[in-house]
Amino acid sequence: MELPPRTFRVTRADLVRYAGASGDFNPIHWSDRFATKVGLPGVIAHGMFTMALVGRAVTEWAGAPDAVVEYGVRFTRPVVVPDDDHGTEIEVTAVVREVTEDGLTRLDVTATCLGEKVLSQARATIRTAR
Amino acid sequence: MSLDPSYVGRSYPPTAPYQVGREKIREFATAIGATDPAHHDPEAARALGHPDVVAPPTFPFVITMAANRQIIEDPALGVDYSRVVHGDQRFAYTRPVVAGDELVCVNTIEDITTRGGHGFLTTRTDVTTAAGEPVVAVWSKLVVRGEA
Repeated sequence: MELPPRTFRVTRADLVRYAGASGDFNPIHWSDRFATKVGLPGVIAHGMFTMALVGRAVTEWAGAPDAVVEYGVRFTRPVVVPDDDHGTEIEVTAVVREVTEDGLTRLDVTATCLGEKVLSQARATIRTAR
Repeated sequence: MSLDPSYVGRSYPPTAPYQVGREKIREFATAIGATDPAHHDPEAARALGHPDVVAPPTFPFVITMAANRQIIEDPALGVDYSRVVHGDQRFAYTRPVVAGDELVCVNTIEDITTRGGHGFLTTRTDVTTAAGEPVVAVWSKLVVRGEA
């Protein structure tokens, strides 16, 4: 079974807000000068911001903010966020891999940006609605 | 760089308790666009059986990222943080983090490998209440890029 896809727009303002909320002030997430100096194409989103957006999709699919039992990802490709009003978009889809007898649903999640996967082995286990 | 594999299995002393604030959870939820009332409204959270607002699933990383500095900044291990890239991240929850929690982290180095000139460091952080009740276990795999 496939879950309804979600799209998240990500702008520089989102990265600044996430930096403040998370305490991750690594300049690769806000300074083009720094990002290009270390060999990146430009400012990139925090991997944990992408993981948080996918986590949002998972809890919204679950219909409960407290339903996630396990959640893991591998960061495979940076999400480059241009300095304009449009930013970029992350598309999130998921399929139900397994529903266990003890009421757990295991999801395989895919997150892409500009058609390229930005996460691999993205998996979440949720407790099925109470 | 090569990381010393003899550090595998090493645990660090528990961190000072982190006080989870209601406004911090609201701020984090707002930053990721999570609008579920249980992240913002204590009454909505209580209706789900929680004592106060519920943190989104990746919120514990805010706490463990700071706690992991014990490992990253361990001079004996010698990680060059300017070469660190986040590889993998995983959470296994006993329950969600909620406002009012006082959380303690115990860091353990679970694995160290070297492959293709890069170092791979897997840490596990057991996040518990100050009374020792488990809340969430958090694994991070950091890649320490080799000199190209």
